[in-house]
Amino acid sequence: MSVNALYDYKFEPKDKVENFNGMQLLYVYWTDHLMFCAPLALSVQPDMTFRALIEEILKPATAAHPDSSKADFLNAEWLLNDEPFTPDADASLIDNGIDHKSMLTVTTPDLKGMAGVGY
Amino acid sequence: MAVQNKKLNLKDKYQYLTRDMSWEPTYQKKEDIFPHEDFEGIKITDWSQWEDPFRLTMDSYWKYQAEKEKKLYAIFDAFAQNNGHQNISDARYVNALKLFIGGISPLEHGAYQGYAKAGRQFSGAGARVACQMQSIDELRHSQTQQHAMSHYNKHFNGLHDAAHMHDRVWFLSVPKSFFDDARTAGPFEFLTAISFSFEYVLTNLVFVPFMSGAAYNGDMATVTFGFSAQSDEARHMTLGLEVIKFILEQHEDNVPIVQRWIDKWFWRGFRLLSLVSLMMDYMLPNKVMSWAEAWEVYYEQNGGALFKDLERYGIRPPKYQEVANDAKHHLSHQLWTTFYQYSYATNFHTWVPEKEEMDWMSEKYPDTFDKYYRPRYEFLAKEAAAGRRFYNNTLPQLCQVCQVPNLFTEMGAPTKLSHRQLVHEGERYHFCSEGCCDIFKHEPEKYVQAWLPVHQIYQGNCEGEDIETVVQKYYHINIGEDNFEYLGSPDHKRWMAIKGEKPADENQDAA
Repeated sequence: MSVNALYDYKFEPKDKVENFNGMQLLYVYWTDHLMFCAPLALSVQPDMTFRALIEEILKPATAAHPDSSKADFLNAEWLLNDEPFTPDADASLIDNGIDHKSMLTVTTPDLKGMAGVGY
Repeated sequence: MAVQNKKLNLKDKYQYLTRDMSWEPTYQKKEDIFPHEDFEGIKITDWSQWEDPFRLTMDSYWKYQAEKEKKLYAIFDAFAQNNGHQNISDARYVNALKLFIGGISPLEHGAYQGYAKAGRQFSGAGARVACQMQSIDELRHSQTQQHAMSHYNKHFNGLHDAAHMHDRVWFLSVPKSFFDDARTAGPFEFLTAISFSFEYVLTNLVFVPFMSGAAYNGDMATVTFGFSAQSDEARHMTLGLEVIKFILEQHEDNVPIVQRWIDKWFWRGFRLLSLVSLMMDYMLPNKVMSWAEAWEVYYEQNGGALFKDLERYGIRPPKYQEVANDAKHHLSHQLWTTFYQYSYATNFHTWVPEKEEMDWMSEKYPDTFDKYYRPRYEFLAKEAAAGRRFYNNTLPQLCQVCQVPNLFTEMGAPTKLSHRQLVHEGERYHFCSEGCCDIFKHEPEKYVQAWLPVHQIYQGNCEGEDIETVVQKYYHINIGEDNFEYLGSPDHKRWMAIKGEKPADENQDAA
């Protein structure tokens, strides 16, 4: 479908990668940990390694949760844009196929959040 | 025209002052004068069928409204002179006003512009007159709301720059984008969106509980505004129903177009009203009714009867209505914990509800509160007591359509986010739900341009990438005054001083 308009209605997407000054957007959703209410929106360097993403960004971002220090994110179950995904820890995000506005979903099988209700 | 009687009766007067102000053009083409009337595909065969439910002329309108407002402003004055703010239930209540003045009052102003624009575009005089009246109503409401709340600005933080914040602050982009979407649509979609879906179907969920909430919490200024606006709102609602029936009766080809608009605007309205759910359940110290109860009365029962009535036109209830009905058990709790974790970037305070409030919620939400949400607050209270008041220091992913963080959960699976995504012309887009994803799919060109606050911050368009700069400089939220936790805030201390109690932190003086 397409918008019904008075003229040829065409505009540039607001969030193209070139608008982010060399960075790209990445979203991370840690399932069963709704203490973080929504997927985290991150501005990351495309050539940063997956390991660095975990160590330097994800762990500090989730540190307030009691499960965070116990979580083995590198060996957790990952989805990339809803498809099963096995990250290469020492390859860059881009080489892992993680492009601008991709979403990673991570499930830590033994850690299901607080009170048994995914918080 | 030849006037038979010197004194006109009401009906004649109405006819002369409305319909006879219109004429058939002779030297210009009608479609050049009303260029927006056709492109949406709505077919109007006979404009004279438009019935005005209220036969109001401008001269009687001014007279009536002036009388109402004289009384209204007398009460505002009395409220201010008697320091009415000292008689509210608790200073936490004022946070609802902060949300209202930044989130709702600017929409009244948007509605004023929207009706002025839509009214210009109808070749039918009846529709033009109706839009004109409502346009002026909306401008008055925007102004009277600001006057009703301005007294609080002298005594509490966060109310000082609502219009500026409405254009910039992340969560205020939810109401802003809602209205921008409606105002940039054609005139018939605008009326379906605002007059019907919002004013007729959903507006009771804003006004009735919120105005009763003001009454229950001793806010006489806001209550009086509410009473004053009631007769206007009744007119707006009646117009909403007339509009939809008129369009549907004009041509059967209009039915599928209107149905899609109803689906879209029900869903957008429902998402917008999630802000009201947290006002009702969390920000009113004296509770009126729960969000779930309000939804049952004002949507499930009233809306149910309405859509039964519209069946004969071939209209069915809005798509995803079941999702909205199911969400009533969760909505306010999910929203409040969201604002709680991001209240470093809000112009109002958040807090963990008190024990009695949580017991009230257990009673009102027997199937969900104790199971899913009470444990959240027990944890958050424990953390705060240990000096680790929880803030989420990473920005959230926002929905491309409604612009709410993607915090909503699947129907029947309240621990799983109902996130959706798709790729459109090589770009990825993320949504809070199937409902918002559907809206995008119908009009992707409109939503690819969405000004998403989180992405704008990361692009460096908000005066800096660090959140402190964005909050203080770009949003005009005064750090340490307007934002963060309620307990120990300047508002809290001021309230304790008003009540003659010691501030929570004895090392600091009450403001």
